[in-house]
Amino acid sequence: MTADLAQTFSCYVSFIALLTIVGIYCILATYNLVRALIGIEILVKAATLFIILAGYLTNNLALAQAIVITLIVIEVVLMVVAGGLILWIFRHNETIDTRKLNNLKG
Amino acid sequence: MSALLILVPIIGIIIINLPLGKFLQRLAPYFAATLFILQIGLSLVPSLPFWHTGTNLLEPFFMFSVWVDQLSFVMFLSIGLVELCSLLVGLHFLQDQPRFNFINLLLITFIGMNAMVLSADLFSLYIFLEVVAVASFILIAIKKDVLALEGAFKYFLLSAVASVMLLLSLALILLFAGSTAYPAVASALLGNSGNTLAKFAVGLFICGLLIKSGVVPFHAWVPDAYTAAPSYVSILLAGIITKIAGVYALIRLVISVFGFNPALQNSLMLLGLISIFVGALAAIPQTNFKRMLAYSSISQIGYIILGLGCGSPLAIAGAIFHFFNHATFKALLFTNAAAVEEQTGTSEMENLSGLGAKMPITGTTSVIALLSTAGIPPLSGFWSKFIIIWALWGAQQYFYAAAALLASLLTLAYFLNMQRKLFFGKLQNGLENIKEAKPLISFVAVLLAAIIIAVGLLFPLVLNRYILPANPTVIAVSNLTGISHTGELK
Amino acid sequence: MCPKITIDFILLLATLLVALWSVMTIRLLRGIIGLALTSIMVTIIMFRLNAPLAAVFELSVCAGLISVIFITTVSFTQRVSMERLVERRKERISKFWELPIILILAAIILWQIKWPLNFPLPPLTLNSTGLIPASVQTVLWNVRHLDLLGQIIILLAGAFGVAILFKENKS
Repeated sequence: MTADLAQTFSCYVSFIALLTIVGIYCILATYNLVRALIGIEILVKAATLFIILAGYLTNNLALAQAIVITLIVIEVVLMVVAGGLILWIFRHNETIDTRKLNNLKG
Repeated sequence: MSALLILVPIIGIIIINLPLGKFLQRLAPYFAATLFILQIGLSLVPSLPFWHTGTNLLEPFFMFSVWVDQLSFVMFLSIGLVELCSLLVGLHFLQDQPRFNFINLLLITFIGMNAMVLSADLFSLYIFLEVVAVASFILIAIKKDVLALEGAFKYFLLSAVASVMLLLSLALILLFAGSTAYPAVASALLGNSGNTLAKFAVGLFICGLLIKSGVVPFHAWVPDAYTAAPSYVSILLAGIITKIAGVYALIRLVISVFGFNPALQNSLMLLGLISIFVGALAAIPQTNFKRMLAYSSISQIGYIILGLGCGSPLAIAGAIFHFFNHATFKALLFTNAAAVEEQTGTSEMENLSGLGAKMPITGTTSVIALLSTAGIPPLSGFWSKFIIIWALWGAQQYFYAAAALLASLLTLAYFLNMQRKLFFGKLQNGLENIKEAKPLISFVAVLLAAIIIAVGLLFPLVLNRYILPANPTVIAVSNLTGISHTGELK
Repeated sequence: MCPKITIDFILLLATLLVALWSVMTIRLLRGIIGLALTSIMVTIIMFRLNAPLAAVFELSVCAGLISVIFITTVSFTQRVSMERLVERRKERISKFWELPIILILAAIILWQIKWPLNFPLPPLTLNSTGLIPASVQTVLWNVRHLDLLGQIIILLAGAFGVAILFKENKS
C-alpha cells in the first residue's frame, strides 16, 4: 500500500475506533433503553464508514456501496422491531428505565 | 437445484399472505409441514439429482452461487426436523391469527437458515444471520408478556453488538481480499496470514459468532431468552437457531475460510471447556425447568466448540454429530416442558414432583432425552461425546479429554437426581387432576425419542453414511474443498 | 507528533464531536437530533470518498427515516415530570464525564500505532467485459442476487414485526 493511502487509512481508522468506543460506552453506561438504541446506531455508522473506507482504498467502491445500501435496509428493520419491543415494555411497566425493570433475574 | 430450498418457501410465503380469503390461512400449516418433511427427506439422500443439477431454468432471474457439501446435508436435516417439531407443538397451542403469524415467522426462519447454509459469501451469511435474528426477536415476544419482551430486548442488544463486530471485521477483510466470497477471502487470508490486522479481523469475526452462539463469556442473553419465550419458540431457539446462527457459521468459516492455527485452536478449546463447566455448574441450583435447560444448552454447545477447536477430522465429525444430537434431545426436552407447563401451569420444579405416574409418555421420553444429554450408552448422546473425548485423547490433549469426561459425569449425576425427583417422586398435592399431554405433543415427543434411540442403536450405520463423510477436509492452510453446485460462481 | 490537518480530518473530528454530544446530552430528543446530525456528517464524508449512492441512501434513510422512528418511539414512551428531569440532570453529568477522558486517552494511543499496512492491495474487480470496474448498479442488481433475496425477506420479516408488535391486545 502506498504511503499516502496508508496515511489516509490511519487517519480514518483512528476516528472509526473512537466512534466505536463512543457507541459501546453509550450502550454500557445508559439506563434508558432508547439511548441504548442510539448507541447501536452510532456503532453501525462507524461500521458503514469503515466499509466505505475499505472500498475506497481497494478501488472497489461498487461492492462497498452495495454492501452499505443493504446494510442500511437491515438496520432500519432492526430499529423498527426494537422500537416495537420498547413500546410494549413501556406499556407493561410504565417506564423504560433499566434500573426499574428487574423482572428477569440474572 | 438446491436454490429451490430458498425460493419455494419465499413464493409460498407470498402466496399464503395474499388477501384472497381465509382458506389460504387454513392451508398454511399443511404447506409448512410439507416443506419441512420434504427437506428432511431430501437431505437424507445426498445422491439425489436434486442436489447435483444446476438452476438452469432460473438463470435469467436468480443467479447466485450456492455451496453444498456433506456438512450441509446434516444441517438441512437438523433444520427440517426441529422446524417440524416446533410447528407441530405450536399448532397445538395457537389458533387463528396468532397461529398464522407464528407460521409466517417460522417460514422466515426456515428461509434464513437454509440460505445461511447455502451461501458462499461472507456478506450473504451476515444478511441471513440478521434475517433469522429479527424473526427470532419477534417470535420470542410473540405473546407480548413482560418477561418475553425483556428477554427479547436483551437478546437484541447483545445480538446487535455481535453484528457490529461482524461488520467491522468484514470491512477489514474487504481491505485484504477485495471481495467477500469464501474462496477469495480464504486465499487472501492465506497469503497475508502473518499480518496483525488480518489476525485481528479473524479474531473479531469469531468473537461476534461466539456471542451469537451463546458461548461463555458471552452467554448472558441465553437463559433469559430461552426461559421467557413460549415453549414452542424455545424448541426452535435452543434446538436450531442459536446453533445454525452461531455454531454452524463458526464450523464453516474456521474450516473453509479462516483455517486453523494453534492460537485459534487453543482459544476455541479453552472457551469450549469453560462453557461446559459453567453451563453444567450453573444448571444445578436452578429452580425453573426451562432455565436449567438453557444452561444445559450452553454446556452442550461447549462440547461442540471443544470438538471444533481440536481440529482433527475425528473431532470435527464428533462435533457435527453432537450438533445433530443436541438438536434432537433439546427439542424433546422443551417439548416436554411445553406439555408440563400446559398441564400444570408452572415450570418451577419445586412445585412439580411425581409427574411420571400421571404423564407416562412425557416422563419416559424426558428420561430418554436426559440420559442422552448426560451421555449414557447406547443412546446417541453417548456416542457423540465419546467420539469427541476419544479424538481429544488421540490428539494428545489429555487435560481437555479428562476435564470433558469429568464434566460429563457431573452432568450425569445431577440429571439423574433431578429426573428422579421430578418424575418419579411422590405426587405433589394439587397435581392429582393432571392428565397426559395432548396427542400432538405426545406424537412429537415419541418421534424425537425414537430418533434418539434409533441413532444410538444404529450408530455404526449412521457413522459411516452420514457423519464421517460430513467432515469437510480439514487442513491447516485454508484451501477449499467441497462440492459447489452453482449457477455461476462469480 | 501532530496529524495532518486536512479537510477530511476536520470532517471526521466534527462527526466524532456530534456523536459525543448525542450520547452525553441529557434530553433524549436532543440525542436523536444529534444522531441525525451524525448521519449528515457521515454522508459528507462518504461523498468525499467517491461513494455518492451510499451517501444519498444514508442521508435519506438514516437521517430521515430512523430519526422519525426514534422520535415516534420516544413520544410514546416518555412521561417525565419536572422534578424527575432535574434529578436526572444531576446523575447524567456525573455519569458520562468519563467518556471524553477515555476518548482522549484512546486517541493518544491510536496515534502512536504503526498500522501493519505492508500488504498488497487486492486486484481490481472488473465487470464481465473486463474493461472498466463494475458500477454499483451492476453489482447490486445483477451480481448479488442472494443479497436482494435477503433484503426482500428481511423487509417481509419487518412487516410481520410491525403487524404483530404494534397491535393492541384485544383484552
